[in-house]
Amino acid sequence: MLRVDGLHKSFDGFRALNGATLRVDAGSVVAVIGPNGAGKTTLFNLITGHLRPDQGSILFEEQEINALAAHEVCRRGIGRTFQIANIFPKLTVFENVQVSVLAQQRKSLDLFHRASALAIDETSAILKDTGLLGRARRIAGALSHGDQRILEIAVALGSRPTLLVLDEPTAGMSPEETAAAMALIVRLSRERGLTILFCEHDMDVVFSVAQSIMVMRQGRTIVQGPPGLVRANREVQEAYLGVNDA
Amino acid sequence: MGRVVAALAALVLFPLIAPTFYVYVAALILVTALLAMSLNVVLGYGGIYQFHHGVFYGVGAYAVALAITKGGWSPWIGFIAGPFAAAGAGLLIGWFCVRLTRLYFGMLQISLGSLLWTIVLRWYPVTGGDNGIHDIATPVALRTVGGAYYFILAIVALSVAALYLIVKSPFGTTLQAVRDNPQRCEAVGVDVRRHQLIAVVIAAYFAGVAGVLYVALERSVFSNMLFWVLSLEVFVMCLLGGWYTFAGPIVGAAIMVALRTFAGRYTENWTMVIGVMLILLILFMPEGVLGFALQRLRPAPAADEG
Repeated sequence: MLRVDGLHKSFDGFRALNGATLRVDAGSVVAVIGPNGAGKTTLFNLITGHLRPDQGSILFEEQEINALAAHEVCRRGIGRTFQIANIFPKLTVFENVQVSVLAQQRKSLDLFHRASALAIDETSAILKDTGLLGRARRIAGALSHGDQRILEIAVALGSRPTLLVLDEPTAGMSPEETAAAMALIVRLSRERGLTILFCEHDMDVVFSVAQSIMVMRQGRTIVQGPPGLVRANREVQEAYLGVNDA
Repeated sequence: MGRVVAALAALVLFPLIAPTFYVYVAALILVTALLAMSLNVVLGYGGIYQFHHGVFYGVGAYAVALAITKGGWSPWIGFIAGPFAAAGAGLLIGWFCVRLTRLYFGMLQISLGSLLWTIVLRWYPVTGGDNGIHDIATPVALRTVGGAYYFILAIVALSVAALYLIVKSPFGTTLQAVRDNPQRCEAVGVDVRRHQLIAVVIAAYFAGVAGVLYVALERSVFSNMLFWVLSLEVFVMCLLGGWYTFAGPIVGAAIMVALRTFAGRYTENWTMVIGVMLILLILFMPEGVLGFALQRLRPAPAADEG
């Protein structure tokens, strides 16, 4: 579904990505791990069109998406969340998801209907699915941190992605919130047939959830494969797992 | 809804009891309120720092003035054309500005707007330079203060209703989302620049309507309408009234025009009164007068209703 090959990206001479490769099969849950500064977020920003690669190719469903703007990548079916809770803080929880559903339905530029009467069912279904329906009328900025992160996933679902890219979905969450969030992500993947690509620092989470793990170091892909293979890889053990005592 | 009807009824009855001068001031407040509300579409709802909004007011006013005096158009056709000229200017200036973000948008907008102001000021044979254009042949029915007042009231009421529908439309909701978080909007498939550009064009159109109404009231235009100082005043009106509320700019415009008119009688330094008020506002009512009042009237999360 997604193939990334030989991706390079530099910022003012700093090589953030230096030959990253990645395979994501349809319907799978894929994790990207690596030490801080390994280039995980840069990789995600390149995939979702927030940055342009200097070199290399990104194929999504057999088509190159290197040069597309972020909103165009989204329309192709890649939704995402961000490392820092990234919602619309002054809108209600309902409106947060509704904006996304309206964009998916190409109604964002509609000037002649009342927004409060549109996309109600789709929005409610997503809120119900993510357990936020009870808080639909709350101002999003007033939610707890954990709920804001869940809301981010709900917002991403509004654009009906086939591939969902999650940048550290459980960052800053308590252990209970982390467990609930990962359970939600796995359930979404199963029920909606969503393909999931995520990066995460918590190794327990990664090895329990991911079917395939890609390991990065200094902007380069060391290895990608199933958890057992990755755990056994000596370079990975030296570079990463040993250091982090996982 | 009840309050809107009551306010409209009061405005309709106002000229029957008030002296002519007050009717004139009320008409000026209505025109200015529409100007401030049009700015607030981009500023409050769009989070776009449109520092030089007055340009579109001026373009609308000059377009109708020139159409009547130089083009010999019927004033009614001129009234309809004025806002479209302003929207065209909005499209032109906005097309460049939406490529920049935040303060840089505002700076470029001031530059391009000041360019237009310079043209109006220097192109003496056409625009009359700093003399402006006077005794414009507006329709006879509008040449009394009362006639102009009712015309202005009707158009402002229609425009405010249209603006209300726009901010409550999917476009309006998405615009607020763009304000809150443009990056997130892109990631859900919203074309942020196009959205902002359309907001600028809509705001320019209604600023142009206000410009046309100014001509209907004053039968004159001045190059100062395009000077950045007026834009700053309009910006302050939005902040003063409450830029996160729909009706806030009306309150801000009423306060500013009333102060200029009435405090201006006693002292030339009425802007000092504004200055002191702004300091108090920033310290005690950062949400603006109406924002402050709404928070007191209905606490808790209902504040999104604006």
